[in-house]
Amino acid sequence: MLPGIDFLFTALTPFHIALALGGVIAGTVIGALPGLTATMAIAVLVPLTFYMPPASALILMGAIYTGAIYGGAYAAILLNTPGTPSAIATTFDGFPMAKRGDGDLAVTLACLASVTGGFIGAAFLLGLAPPLARVALAFGPVEYFWLALFGLTLISALSEGSLMKGLIGGCFGLLLACIGVAEVSSDIRFTFGSQTLLGGIEIVSALIGLYCVPVLIDMVATPARHLQVSGESRGFRLNEALRISLKSKLNLIRSSVVGTLVGILPGAGGSIAGLVAYSEARRTSKRRERFGTGEPEGIQATESANNATVGGGFIPTLVLGIPGTPPDAVILGALLVQGVRTGPHLFTAGEGSIVYTFIYGLFLATALMLPTGLLIGRYAYRTIVTVPKALLVPTIAFMTVIGTFAIRNNVSDVAIMIILGVMGWTLNRFGFRPSPIVLGLILSSIAEQGFVQGWTIGAATENLMGMFFGRPIAIAIIAFMLLSLFYPLIARRLRFNREEAGAK
Amino acid sequence: MTKLGKLTLTAALAAAAATFGLAGPAAAEFPEKPVNYIIPFGAGGESDITARFQEPFFKEKFGQNLVISYKPGGGGAVAWAQLNKMPGDGYTIMGTNLPHIVVQPLQKDVGFTTDDLVNIYIFHYTPDAIVVNEDSQFKTLQDLIDYAKENPGKTTFSGSGKGTANHLAQVRFDDLAGIKTTYVPFKGTGAAATALLGKQVVAEWGYTTVPAKYQGMRLLAVAMEERHPKYPDVPTFKELGFDLVSGAYRGIAVPGSTPEDIRQKLADMIDEINNDQRFIDRMIDGGFAVTNVRYGPDLDAFMEKAKKDFAAAAKAADVIK
Repeated sequence: MLPGIDFLFTALTPFHIALALGGVIAGTVIGALPGLTATMAIAVLVPLTFYMPPASALILMGAIYTGAIYGGAYAAILLNTPGTPSAIATTFDGFPMAKRGDGDLAVTLACLASVTGGFIGAAFLLGLAPPLARVALAFGPVEYFWLALFGLTLISALSEGSLMKGLIGGCFGLLLACIGVAEVSSDIRFTFGSQTLLGGIEIVSALIGLYCVPVLIDMVATPARHLQVSGESRGFRLNEALRISLKSKLNLIRSSVVGTLVGILPGAGGSIAGLVAYSEARRTSKRRERFGTGEPEGIQATESANNATVGGGFIPTLVLGIPGTPPDAVILGALLVQGVRTGPHLFTAGEGSIVYTFIYGLFLATALMLPTGLLIGRYAYRTIVTVPKALLVPTIAFMTVIGTFAIRNNVSDVAIMIILGVMGWTLNRFGFRPSPIVLGLILSSIAEQGFVQGWTIGAATENLMGMFFGRPIAIAIIAFMLLSLFYPLIARRLRFNREEAGAK
Repeated sequence: MTKLGKLTLTAALAAAAATFGLAGPAAAEFPEKPVNYIIPFGAGGESDITARFQEPFFKEKFGQNLVISYKPGGGGAVAWAQLNKMPGDGYTIMGTNLPHIVVQPLQKDVGFTTDDLVNIYIFHYTPDAIVVNEDSQFKTLQDLIDYAKENPGKTTFSGSGKGTANHLAQVRFDDLAGIKTTYVPFKGTGAAATALLGKQVVAEWGYTTVPAKYQGMRLLAVAMEERHPKYPDVPTFKELGFDLVSGAYRGIAVPGSTPEDIRQKLADMIDEINNDQRFIDRMIDGGFAVTNVRYGPDLDAFMEKAKKDFAAAAKAADVIK
């Protein structure tokens, strides 16, 4: 028996269906535009919750959130620009697929993966929220520190060509993240007296600069079409996508579970979920050497994981009052204003009406994402492929400027975005890819905070070694990190041994 | 109603309008359009939540929307540095936070000084408080002091950031109680509360809002003049013999070019919201404490004291030189 099943029908009113549909469509479009994020869209809609019953408002916000996370895939696949940080790893295989003319297939695959991830995340939220919320608490500073390092090891996997250049890029990203007012120590670093740099490098504007601007420059610099086009229309290529998805159902499920779990961690978020899932998919895949060159499994892993963070992120939000992700923080604020107190009691029969109506609403929104996502995706693909470059480039350039400005209502961010963009393009000429830089940028502050806090607590309790190397979850993350790093060596060794044995 | 009656009424209304019009031609009609309310932090934080509390009352009382937007960066400094360059027509107002606007300009050149900011109202504060888990071994503040005396430095407190109200309160309390504890800065109150719930630290220097928001926590003492109405059983530091009244104050500022009558008018408006019992109830239920420090001598005196106290505390905390 599903918990709170009675509320399924409360969720399925025409009004709620309309809200979910509208929310998913709006969210998908917003997510597709670089710079416009789910957090922003939800914040704009908060006043609506004053005039709506809380459950309905939650359904609308949840639908926008779900849609926006999926929408981020379009820009990642078609423009090599993650529309949201969650979609960073989608670019790795999405754009190569689009380049060789399979953009439509990639978009459909992303849609199927997002729906799967969304369902699995919501299912965990429905069935296991109170016990799973403990995961959020078990993660202390040290665990975040190791998780961030685990993320950084991905640089070795992402460095096409030269590992050394990848590492240099990663360090550059780590340094970039130090600019501005330090998150925990309040030190002001690397601003060189400039107030423009005081706010630091905003991650989404850096993403737009490093990924999108070089694509725009290349579009202008080369006469060839942006993406390959096939002669005839091939529809959604749904059958093909379904076949691929069924084949890698294990990957989809594993990535969704990873996404849900990482989503529960308040300090991590969709970008880390996508990266960890990608790394795991790559490590366990039989076609691991094809990752990064347009391998569908890479897209599936990231997209299912980042949509699973939606349900996962709501777990600590609703059970503990600790927002799992930035959009959750806004939703939590709206709930507080409404007078809804979060806590495990929300999941008990008597008071469950809001939460269960909302969770079923989330299922509804995820289900609606399948048809709308396919349609919008096809439209987006067609637009990018058929619109002439002379129109496409200025339009995208305009949107990147608006989007970057909108993040913090700050003109400095636009300037930083353009500078980073030109820098990224130049560095690309010399074989420095944007992904290691961005990885360093995102993980730097998580690693720094975790390290400083872990060290402070460890030093105070005179147990530094035990702090960093003695906690079970930390040990597990370290083990995974080593496994990921040395797996290629171990695998070769094992194969060698087997061949050796076979020869004898 | 007769024709004559209608005419008299119209005349009376016109006369009334003229009278009010004379009182202040610009201010009488203010606000004619939505007012932009800039929060110098991200969405979902306490500055945002309290602004959201004000929003519906503003609309109800003054018929215009209060449009909340966010300009985060540099711990608020990015927005404050830009405030005085914004149009001073009364339609742009910005949230301000203490001790931030006192401590930041003393640390480095952040593009504004404390006196540059024209605050028109300090409408509430979140009092500092020591928070522990429900099952903590510390039942009273004395338990914690005893433990800290036996284990110097080993009592770990989580708290929001460095040079913040939490951090300054920790430094001052250590001094007052003659103990040595360790302060672990986290990114915001949410992360600090998470660390406490996860037992990464033994206690938290938080605010009275923390147990209102998270389950399973207790307060040992609050840094207020009198007990918080939401927690009638929790003593103040003062009752226990420690002269500690502090917290994070939140106000509203306008660009420097805003004319005097508009400043007064806005202060009146915020004052009206602040005195609405429904607003007060919501704030108290959320663990906040309403303050009514209004534009004028009150606010000047408040800021003078705040500058002195917070600067001294920040110096003691080694946040400024």
